[in-house]
Amino acid sequence: MKTIYLDNNATTRVADEVFDAIRPFFTERYGNPSSMHFFGGSVAREIVSARENMAELLGALPQEIVFTSGGTESDSTAILSALSTMPDRREIVTTRVEHPAVLNLCKYLARVKGYTVRWLSVDKFGMLDMNEVKKAITDNTAIVSVMWANNETGGMYPIEEIAKIAAARGALTHTDAVQAVGKVPINLSKTDINFLSLSGHKLHAPKGIGALYIKKGTRFSPFMIGGHQEFSRRGGTENVPGIVGLGHAARLAMKNFEEENIRVKKMRDRLQQGLLERVSQARVNGHIENRLPNTLNIGFEFVEGEAILMKMDEKGICASSGSACTSGSLEPSHVLRAMGVPFTAVHGSIRFSLSRYNTEDEIEFVIEETPKIILTLRAMSPFNVETMNAACVVQ
Amino acid sequence: MWEYTDKVKDHFFNPRNIGVLADANAVGEVGSLACGDALKLFLKIDPETEKIVDASFQTFGCGSAIASSSALTEMIKGKTVEEALKITNQDIADYLGGLPKEKMHCSVMGRDAFQAAVACYRGETAPRELAEGELVCECFGVTDEQIRRAVRENNLSTIQEVTDYTKAGGGCGLCHDKIERIIAEIKGETSVAESIVSKPRKSMTNIQKIAKIQEVLEKEIRPSLQQDGGDVELIDLDGDVVKIALRGLCSSCPSSALTKNGIENKLRELVHPDLAVQEVNV
Repeated sequence: MKTIYLDNNATTRVADEVFDAIRPFFTERYGNPSSMHFFGGSVAREIVSARENMAELLGALPQEIVFTSGGTESDSTAILSALSTMPDRREIVTTRVEHPAVLNLCKYLARVKGYTVRWLSVDKFGMLDMNEVKKAITDNTAIVSVMWANNETGGMYPIEEIAKIAAARGALTHTDAVQAVGKVPINLSKTDINFLSLSGHKLHAPKGIGALYIKKGTRFSPFMIGGHQEFSRRGGTENVPGIVGLGHAARLAMKNFEEENIRVKKMRDRLQQGLLERVSQARVNGHIENRLPNTLNIGFEFVEGEAILMKMDEKGICASSGSACTSGSLEPSHVLRAMGVPFTAVHGSIRFSLSRYNTEDEIEFVIEETPKIILTLRAMSPFNVETMNAACVVQ
Repeated sequence: MWEYTDKVKDHFFNPRNIGVLADANAVGEVGSLACGDALKLFLKIDPETEKIVDASFQTFGCGSAIASSSALTEMIKGKTVEEALKITNQDIADYLGGLPKEKMHCSVMGRDAFQAAVACYRGETAPRELAEGELVCECFGVTDEQIRRAVRENNLSTIQEVTDYTKAGGGCGLCHDKIERIIAEIKGETSVAESIVSKPRKSMTNIQKIAKIQEVLEKEIRPSLQQDGGDVELIDLDGDVVKIALRGLCSSCPSSALTKNGIENKLRELVHPDLAVQEVNV
């Protein structure tokens, strides 16, 4: 059975070009870039070039890029650095829809370290109220952390505008851009954004590598303390294969940028239209326009997400769900709940996330198979429009 | 990804007895759309023999919820109501070759739905009003009675286990204290019945008393003192006066008087009500 992989916001396949580029760094060019000999030292040049590629993709300077182990480390590094370099400010501003890497860190900082966290709410499309943002950022705000794009709905946030507001108040700005890098245009050179986190495995590089952009002139306190690597901003021998891979992935992202935004978006739109046409009581979760080109989150009413995923899996289709049952916790997606998605749809929400490796045939297959799955499960479900209308009258 | 057994997968992909049973004379409904799973169970019971002639279900929920519902209908068909009432949630899970522990609440849902259907059949309660007792978990609408039952039947001892089996406590977490109290209460019931140290006897020789005191100190007192870095040693028994020496951190602890009182109470309870404890320095 062929695997149809529509879960690219979870992770992506490593690009062949990236894999080929990495391979020699395991068994042939395995030297330590810090070594004095040419065997190791020549590897350092590869890191320089990876850093240049990464910087170019972000519209940043090479010295503004620090390689890390991934999105979570970058998020923790940025937020903790901001708090420790601004000890007089005790407040953090963030949103209710952040990835757990930011969300749970902020909860921890509030609970254990006594910081005040101002949680920005979102409307039913998952968008922020800029007046609320302006009010939340004060002279006591150390850091504003708002994601560039949401992993579940693909919704995008006006982070450049938010950074401007924060800068006017003397606060630093961090953005978790793990889902955005490589998918949408980013040019940090003209913004007030101080920190940006990204992860390699979301853009066809391997897992375990990521980067943190630190704007020139931003005071910084390292998270990983150790050797002189990464200009003493992140100790530890470099993950050379990862860094080389990320550099190549950045280059490929620039090369394939058009495709990502035209062909992938076209397939996503076709999937959305095909499913909405064939399945009644289905709705798009999120903002239709202001959204990543590869992401589609659909809520199928009266059915449960894990059951849908299991049946999709049987057909070789990989997607994910915001349902409670898939998470191991009992609560459905915090993002969909923050958006006030009705509970009839929240448990049956499915996220399809595409990449340039998907084909139109695959999309047609999914459009063909998914409605059958939903119908089978609905035939089993005790709920439908009539029973729900009756229930709503009682409430 | 959950590790489901082949049996769970079979009952999910090929569910038995789906849909509304037109001539059902008992219907049981549990769960809700908001909670993420719900089961409506239809039974046809022969009024003469009380035998379950037919059963069917409608389920909204995850793979294991659907599989548990399907398994339940297969398990109860052909049984009398009395026989089927003996089926526990663990039996449903066993029938499926086991469920991931986070999914045990699916089997509990099956058992509850059956009871609701029987209650409906006997005209005891309306189908939706099965849940008796006081509401503990407001997020998932779980009552203290439901929690007590799950704790007793499955010998649960942590909040996480209660959440896995009943969902209670899986939402906002405000009810964790209440759940903990319920667990403690039920554990209390059993620990009285099976207390490590047997009840005090009326008349004892000195040797018997010393042996008993030693036993209580070893099993009931020293482990908890040692946890806090302290210890206690029995020095002598003079009539009813138990002479002890506090060791380790206990010896310099400002609340050692409390420790002494605690030991005295324990010894009075478990050895002899006339005992008094005296602290000595040796």
